[in-house]
Amino acid sequence: MISESFEKRDSKIKIIFMYIILGIVALVCLYPLLDVLKVALRPASRLFSTDLNLIPEDATLENFKTALFVRPYFVWLKNSLFVSVLSSIVGVGLSITAAYAFSRYRFTGRTAGLMSFLLTQIFPAPMTLLPMYVLLKNFGLIDTYAGGIIPYIATTVPFSVWVLKGYFDTIPKSFEESAYLDGANLAQILWSIMIPLTLPAIGVTLLNSFMAAWNEFVVANIVFTSESMQTLPIGIFTMTGAMSSDWGIYSAACILTAIPVILLFISMSKVMINGLTLGGVKE
Amino acid sequence: MIDRNKVTPYLLIAPAVLVLLFMVGYPLVYGINLSFTDMSIYSFLNPSYIGFENYTAIFTDPELYTTTLRTIIWTLINLIATVSSGFLFALILNRKLPYKNALRVLMMLPWAVPQYIAVLAWRNMFQTDFGTVDILLNKIGITGISWLGDPFWTFIACIITNIWLGVPFMMLVTLGALQSVPGELYEVGEIDGVKSWQKHWMITIPLIKPVMTPAIVISTVWTFNMVSVIYMMTSRTADNETQILVSRVYRDAFTYFNYGKAAAFSVIIFIILAIFSSSIIKAMKGGEGVYD
Repeated sequence: MISESFEKRDSKIKIIFMYIILGIVALVCLYPLLDVLKVALRPASRLFSTDLNLIPEDATLENFKTALFVRPYFVWLKNSLFVSVLSSIVGVGLSITAAYAFSRYRFTGRTAGLMSFLLTQIFPAPMTLLPMYVLLKNFGLIDTYAGGIIPYIATTVPFSVWVLKGYFDTIPKSFEESAYLDGANLAQILWSIMIPLTLPAIGVTLLNSFMAAWNEFVVANIVFTSESMQTLPIGIFTMTGAMSSDWGIYSAACILTAIPVILLFISMSKVMINGLTLGGVKE
Repeated sequence: MIDRNKVTPYLLIAPAVLVLLFMVGYPLVYGINLSFTDMSIYSFLNPSYIGFENYTAIFTDPELYTTTLRTIIWTLINLIATVSSGFLFALILNRKLPYKNALRVLMMLPWAVPQYIAVLAWRNMFQTDFGTVDILLNKIGITGISWLGDPFWTFIACIITNIWLGVPFMMLVTLGALQSVPGELYEVGEIDGVKSWQKHWMITIPLIKPVMTPAIVISTVWTFNMVSVIYMMTSRTADNETQILVSRVYRDAFTYFNYGKAAAFSVIIFIILAIFSSSIIKAMKGGEGVYD
């Protein structure tokens, strides 16, 4: 029974060694978050402590209560969700069609187009920020959801296009050719062949786009000016100012913000694995 | 291709191109224009053109060359560490191992956590005497490393933090690529007597290249342009010896409000980065599909 759950030719030593590597890495990945949790659970009076226990003896949820109910945490949460979901879905949608064109068609300006998509990522963000602000202001988009969503789409589209194009390239053209012969049109081919076959890649790009918007600070800081429009990073950041950088409350807010993302990650990762087990990619 | 309509590809890329023109193309041109002006907080509304003055000021400053060198070291260390460990972990996770999914979820955490939270968590851990890193080092007898006081160690702390942030992404992209490699190829390889490490060199790497190239190039650019890790980690000391090019521009623009000079600096960084990444693309030889 047990031997069937491992690769046939892996020796016991190799398996143990692999578990040790994964275990250490997983611990290193988890620890900094536990460290934040520790600070959040600690009463304010013991901020400077050399105690390494993850749950302090005098643990209290006071910091979480303050973080959630003294400030409009749920308004920030709603704003963050709305902006992140919409920008990632629209952004990946645009990227799928563009990536398909770059992968399957040979047209004038194809190479130049691909390169300029990459070049947009190269330009240092501090430089485009000021002109972008002026442009958004001229269109009356400051302090609106669109003012955040449009820049977020622009920042993630090039990456999504490149990753999706790479995946599309690995899918044999014969799949679509036979569908064309059966009379399918382009939309049907994208929807019922390319998208199901590239689910893992689409999952990765969706997740990346969502994350980019969810975590974004610099643009959000200049676009969402009123408190009712602010996203979580900005809200949490103002929290450090308003309460004279109380690390406990700040850490509690950080934990609360990280949790929905982590839950999303865990649920999305199942979808990604299911997509990855598709046999269709193999020729 | 059966669909030979010449307009189709342009229609397909149009929405993405429009968004990019609006949000990147225009600001870019405006930014280049800005680099020839003396725009700053004092002359925000009526900046005047000063020709190449910003550029000569930057090129005659010896800081430029040391900062460029530091930026290249920063990028290469981060890139080598994230790609090689991402590849290694993905290879392990691609094998049959019970409970590997639980471990994989934990290993994705650094990517899942908002960056500003992660950097502040690490900064807290690097604190002298009270930070976890220092407590652990003191226990094994290593004392006196001032992680956030000494510019050299601050830079190391930034690199550690950035690698921690970057590995999961590489790992997931590699894992996705590995799972699209047909298993039959390895069976054929075994019949031909290919050894285990040769197998990866001769079969795995060439096959995952089309997926990995864009991910590596973009990750290079992200690392090169990483403002937040260095900015947040050094906000207290703000030492020149820890800065990379982009974090200096950020400081010039948003701490000293020298918009014109910061814009000129960005143009220079842009050129350096364009050369840097095109050489990486050339070294990896292409993002085209193996099935073409």
